[in-house]
Amino acid sequence: MSEQYKDRDPNSGHPDGEHHIVGPLTYLTIFGCLLVGTALTIGASYLELGPWNPVLAILIAVIKATLVVLFFMHIKYSSKLMKLTVGAGVFTFLILVGMSLSDYISRAWGQW
Amino acid sequence: MSDSHAIATAEAGHDHGEHPAYLRHHFVSLEQQQETASFGMWLFLLTEIMFFGGLFTAYLIYRNWYYPAFVAASHTLNIFEGSLNTLILITSSFTMAMGVWCAETKRRQGLIISLILTLILGLGFLGVKADEYHEKYVKHHIPGHTFSPQGFIHPDQEALKGGEKPLAPDMAAKTEVYFSLYFAMTGMHAVHMIIGIALLCGMLWKATRGAYMDGNIAYVENFGLYWHFVDIVWIFLFPLLYLISRHQ
Amino acid sequence: MSTIVSLPDQSTARVPKRNYLTNENGLMSWLLTGDHKRIAILYLISITFFFFIGGALAGLIRLELLTPQSDLMASDTYNKIFTMHGVIMIFLFLVPSVPATLGNFLIPIMIGAKDLAFPKINLLSWYLYLAGGTMTLAAMITGGVDTGWTFTTPMSTHFSNTNVVTTGLAIFIAGFSSIFTGLNFIVTVHRMRAPGMTWFKLPLFVWAHYAASVLMVLGTPVLAITLVLVVLERTIGIGVFDPTKGGDPILFQHLFWFYSHPAVYIMILPGFGVISEVISTFSRKRIFGYTAVAFSSMAIAVFGFFVWAHHMFIMGVSNYAVLVFSLLTMLVAVPSAIKIFNWAFTLYKGSITFETPMLYAFGFMGLFTIGGLTGVFLGSAGTDIHLTETYFIVAHFHFVMVGGMLMAFLSGIHFWWPKMTGRMYPEKISQLAAVVTFIGFNLTFFPQFLLGMLGMPRRYAAYPQEFQVLNVFSTAGATILGVGYLLPMIYLVWSLKYGQVAGANPWQATGLEWQIQSPPLTENFTTIPIVTQDVYDYEWLERQKEHEVTHVG
Repeated sequence: MSEQYKDRDPNSGHPDGEHHIVGPLTYLTIFGCLLVGTALTIGASYLELGPWNPVLAILIAVIKATLVVLFFMHIKYSSKLMKLTVGAGVFTFLILVGMSLSDYISRAWGQW
Repeated sequence: MSDSHAIATAEAGHDHGEHPAYLRHHFVSLEQQQETASFGMWLFLLTEIMFFGGLFTAYLIYRNWYYPAFVAASHTLNIFEGSLNTLILITSSFTMAMGVWCAETKRRQGLIISLILTLILGLGFLGVKADEYHEKYVKHHIPGHTFSPQGFIHPDQEALKGGEKPLAPDMAAKTEVYFSLYFAMTGMHAVHMIIGIALLCGMLWKATRGAYMDGNIAYVENFGLYWHFVDIVWIFLFPLLYLISRHQ
Repeated sequence: MSTIVSLPDQSTARVPKRNYLTNENGLMSWLLTGDHKRIAILYLISITFFFFIGGALAGLIRLELLTPQSDLMASDTYNKIFTMHGVIMIFLFLVPSVPATLGNFLIPIMIGAKDLAFPKINLLSWYLYLAGGTMTLAAMITGGVDTGWTFTTPMSTHFSNTNVVTTGLAIFIAGFSSIFTGLNFIVTVHRMRAPGMTWFKLPLFVWAHYAASVLMVLGTPVLAITLVLVVLERTIGIGVFDPTKGGDPILFQHLFWFYSHPAVYIMILPGFGVISEVISTFSRKRIFGYTAVAFSSMAIAVFGFFVWAHHMFIMGVSNYAVLVFSLLTMLVAVPSAIKIFNWAFTLYKGSITFETPMLYAFGFMGLFTIGGLTGVFLGSAGTDIHLTETYFIVAHFHFVMVGGMLMAFLSGIHFWWPKMTGRMYPEKISQLAAVVTFIGFNLTFFPQFLLGMLGMPRRYAAYPQEFQVLNVFSTAGATILGVGYLLPMIYLVWSLKYGQVAGANPWQATGLEWQIQSPPLTENFTTIPIVTQDVYDYEWLERQKEHEVTHVG
């Protein structure tokens, strides 16, 4: 039944890797990367890097999260729509954090 | 009043032999159903991102305002337990991903083992957390009427040897803000873990009865997404709460 | 006056025997239904119930404000009355109004699907709504809340001794109802469209709901966590917003308004969708600038997230923040204005008729424009400092929400009433009700702009003597408005039994929902449609009519 709708189906248009099954080797590799990342972030906290400490910690966390999203959660092999969805969520989160912080950071600026 | 210009009618009806029994009738194909379920789960995870987002916003603001208090309070967290929990969760993410693979490749034993491992690791996480919370209770670090900043105004010998400096009383009082956020964030995270573990138990029970071997694996895949998300939240919580300048 | 209404021959016409209302019988078939149409009706009944409670509270407010002294009720009681009025009207009426009733009913049909993507979650949404609503009522009956619907800290966390926790949790639950509805709509529109139904053949009603759903999914969770933090602070003493512990009360407002500003777009966007449908049908013209209207809906959704601190100009945010948010607020007005222009140009050279939905739509266009423009005055930081926390604000949001959204809701209910019930409402009395509502509304709320400019503060039971005349006008208008809202209740219920049989397409409108019977079958379509026609193709409809013989729908 779905055959005759194929050409006109507005829901189709999937990438070739739609039913791509991610294998254990990939998972194992990513797992290893996550463990390395964890060790790095613990080690980095013992270094004296001034204002770069939190930046480095967030950076490592973002990389680890990205690996989980791309591979464990299969976003790398998903449609553009899924990628856009994740992007929209991250974007809105950044707006919340960023624009709220912009108020706090600027409270002491100048005497208007 | 159907008119042929606007709506060309398609063939009516089909018999059930053409599609699996678990295809719901408002979908035209299994593919559509599974992608829809996955999309729905991702949208739910977006709501979770924004839910935790409020807490992260609060954290970033107060860490900026009360940095010395945040450093001192963070040092009272056991870095060994925090690191252990991080390793536990990352491993459980790996075992859950393996579970999804087993479901996709119809490996019944593999699926059950993966789910059991994920469950054990999840429970282990909660156990370590409970121990940490108990320690906080003993030290009067739980916000509210039992809270006491004395340990920060007059650090004990052990803390002083570890490099802790005494905080002024007003800054020491701000450690309650840190612990408010600590309990709010890890507490919310733990609630999500508990819900996940409950769902995992249900899924495991069904798997032992032969479910998820006929291609109907949407539940396993989407639960996996949820579990990975809970892991990601912890990936951010760990450095932010436990690793604020351990070099002091 | 001419009309486009085309009903089947009443002596032989019958409402189709087999439809979604008669398909199954018994209470359980309703309470456990997965049918999006039945769920829409369940929502319609519950929303109407809460609307009248909120309306009664409004009546009490206006009654108190007849005299300058707080003589009808104590100030504390007055605080509780306006708080509950706000909470019920916003969270239990406006937010779900069009999406949960008309959206639920129509979106699957408009896109050619048999149901929403997740029918069970749709039903869960309704139960969550009921749970939240019941808890709110319980909070109200057992003492109420007096913080204002905005739950501002530290009043809500420390100084209020009313049912803040219960109400906060109630709204938390109702929020999830909203989230799940939005989630359902987004997935449905992406994944369930019929063959040939491309994005740019979608009715603008669907675009509007898609944009509102994005806001529901991304914005509501922030309200959820904010309410959780307020509850935690009130119960176990977590000091995130408490200045005595080092917290910042302004942080609450940032988090609260991060949702509550997009919330106003959640409330109005579905109304925009209704207006697009009604104006094109009763002008017999395709909407001018379809793409502009579609994209401006999305622009409102995106930009709506960038402007929340315009509710906080005087609260203690930095001057820099005031500057940035004021500028962005000017920008967010643009997409809304684009829509008004597009609707106006749709009317131009259209064949306009004045049936009830169109009367409400005209009311919408005028009143929403006024409300929206006054919003621009308020978005400008300088004027806002004078006008904020006065009746100007009250007038502004009532113009957009009541003059705008509620009129759009009534327009939609009347427009799709024949589709949902198979019966026409009585035209003359409904036109009268629309006019009465319009007059009552203006008399109620226009004086409030003047009161605000003259300096009368909001949320006060007592006011200086000099403001009484305008307040009396306002209360008089409220009485007329009440009549205007009661009339539809009466005649719509009457029409269920005595209304004329409507047939499939009484308005001779375009759109998939008008190609199926009224009321629709449970499965909507006997066969899945393949869409080849452009949306709002009224020229084609004209040509087709020349050859058509009218028959029973």
